[in-house]
Amino acid sequence: MSAPEIPAAASIIIVSNLIKQFGRFVALRGVNAAFAAGKLYVILGDNGAGKTTLLRALAGLAQPTRGEVSILGKNPREACRDIGYMAHPSLLYDEMSGLENLRYFARLYDIAGDGRCQEVIRLVRLDPELTRPVGQYSQGMRQRMSLARAILHDPGILFLDEPFSNVDVRSAREMVELLTSMRDAGKTIFVVTHQAALLESGADEFVWMQAGQIVERTSGLASSPSRAGAE
Amino acid sequence: MKRAFPILAVLTALLLTYSTYQALVIAPTERTMGDVQRIFYYHVPSAWTAFCLFFVNLIGSLIYLVRKSSKADALAVAAAEVGVVFCTIVLITGPIWARPVWGIWWTWDLRLTLTLVLWLIYVSYLVLRRFSDSSQTPKLAAVLAVFGALDVPLVYFSIWFFRTQHPQPVIGGGGSLDPRMLHAFLINLFAFSCFGAMVCWWRYRLELLHREVEEMESLESLRGVTQ
Amino acid sequence: MSPLRSITLATLMKDIRLEWRSRDAINSMLFFSLLVVVIFSFSFDPNAEESREIAGGLIWVAFLFAAVVALNQTWARELRNQVLDAYRASPAPANALFVAKALGNFILVSLLEAVMAPLFMIFYNLRALGPAWQLIPVAILGTWALVVNGTFFAAMSLRTRSREIMLPLLLFPISIPAVQSMVEATRILLAGDGSARFWIVLLLTYDVVFTTACLALFETILQAE
Repeated sequence: MSAPEIPAAASIIIVSNLIKQFGRFVALRGVNAAFAAGKLYVILGDNGAGKTTLLRALAGLAQPTRGEVSILGKNPREACRDIGYMAHPSLLYDEMSGLENLRYFARLYDIAGDGRCQEVIRLVRLDPELTRPVGQYSQGMRQRMSLARAILHDPGILFLDEPFSNVDVRSAREMVELLTSMRDAGKTIFVVTHQAALLESGADEFVWMQAGQIVERTSGLASSPSRAGAE
Repeated sequence: MKRAFPILAVLTALLLTYSTYQALVIAPTERTMGDVQRIFYYHVPSAWTAFCLFFVNLIGSLIYLVRKSSKADALAVAAAEVGVVFCTIVLITGPIWARPVWGIWWTWDLRLTLTLVLWLIYVSYLVLRRFSDSSQTPKLAAVLAVFGALDVPLVYFSIWFFRTQHPQPVIGGGGSLDPRMLHAFLINLFAFSCFGAMVCWWRYRLELLHREVEEMESLESLRGVTQ
Repeated sequence: MSPLRSITLATLMKDIRLEWRSRDAINSMLFFSLLVVVIFSFSFDPNAEESREIAGGLIWVAFLFAAVVALNQTWARELRNQVLDAYRASPAPANALFVAKALGNFILVSLLEAVMAPLFMIFYNLRALGPAWQLIPVAILGTWALVVNGTFFAAMSLRTRSREIMLPLLLFPISIPAVQSMVEATRILLAGDGSARFWIVLLLTYDVVFTTACLALFETILQAE
């Protein structure tokens, strides 16, 4: 059940021999991969497999020790306008309301006016008029607002690290709906999660990681025998 | 290069023997201060060696910032460590000399104060290296070294002006040096420079070996995982 | 307005708004400053003549401690919820963040000084015998000297263990010429003992040199991970 070979021309993200070390600990041991545009990838693996490190390297937040990440032909920092990042911490200021948070981040991306901020908050099914500070949100609301922040500047590529963690079922389902509709509209989305079942029908490809490497890529959730044997 | 090190080591050993003999036996006893004055042959050369090593650290740090060369960083850490040791010697020998001779433990004269500030800056450099996550240590440490270097002329001027306003006793004093004393002093200066260079070089090689071992260990684990 | 200025301003306003909303931090810092002044007054209880000699030193040491408390906590906000990652991932220039943080710290520390200075003057019966107006450039240049390096080293400390102790450990040695200048200038102006011009010029030089260095190297340490 391996995914078909991706022709090089359609790859917008290319990872070449990516090695990331933290002191003596090698988090990524030479990852090689190419990812095509317009697909929803789910990255799976045990804790410590390197999923978060890979995502951060792709998003330009972690510098490779060796190797290279190429996004749309540029390095991740140069491609930052095309990248949106979301993690389990909310990346939002607890003392401000959702709209106030987004207004600030809009300035970082040179987006004028409130219009886009309100639009994006409505997109994640939250109320722009809500004045409650984000710190008082439920986890589901907080993750949705964090997603709103990630898509504020309409990036073509999204990196989401454990977006559904501790989130209520309804919020999770709504986020999945939003993600699949964005994928259908042409965005490329990477999701690291332990709750792969949520994306079973929506995802295009499942990327399995183990001990700092990509060990397999499948188009369905059931892992192939080769992966089960590799221990 | 490999052959040069033992030669330097032997040369240094010979020089140090000769210079110690000069300092403790040949050089005449100072009229007013007595034998304690002989510390001068260690106090000043140590300072000179320390300052040279800190300069080497600056060069290494700059090269690292520009070229990201791991060897430059290894040299920087070696120079900093050995430099701090020599600096400590200066700070200890100063009071040992000053107390019996001038009756004071410490003075805020230019050389001693500058040495103290440099010592503080480089100890903080070493603490930073120890406390930061090793993948970013070279970068942070190199930046700190640059800041330290920018600070030094400012420290110099502030102490210099302070001294003109509040004159301080100077350890070492002015006055001319008996030619035999000068001779002993210069020999010790040269011997200490060689000694400092030798220890720094040794430390540098140790650091390179240490990094090589780490590289091999991580390459091993890289190869260890198939697929 | 150029994007750099606009982002700097937006970040500064955001920080002020956040500081205002969690007023506990400022209140406890103000109280801490008051405590420092009182403790110093108990420890050094000289007559008017002597106090003019040492007040310069005392005031600036007190400011230094208050500044370290303030500096430590301004970056702490960016670490909660990892918000700093959001900034780093955006196209916003690193220097805009630095300038905004430094200005915010400058305002905060100046506020603390505005509380502590009058208290010092009261407890020590201080009166400036020299040209008192010169104390203003000394205060401004001196505070900026502490804040610009303090903000930079606080950001560096984010990447280290024992973050809170790392900041003063890095800051104090490098600040020695600046502190000496502030102390001497204050002493001279209070005692009317000559011209403080050399120290003010040295402070200005220090500020220019290190502001440039911080702006040149901030991006390097921000993106370090």
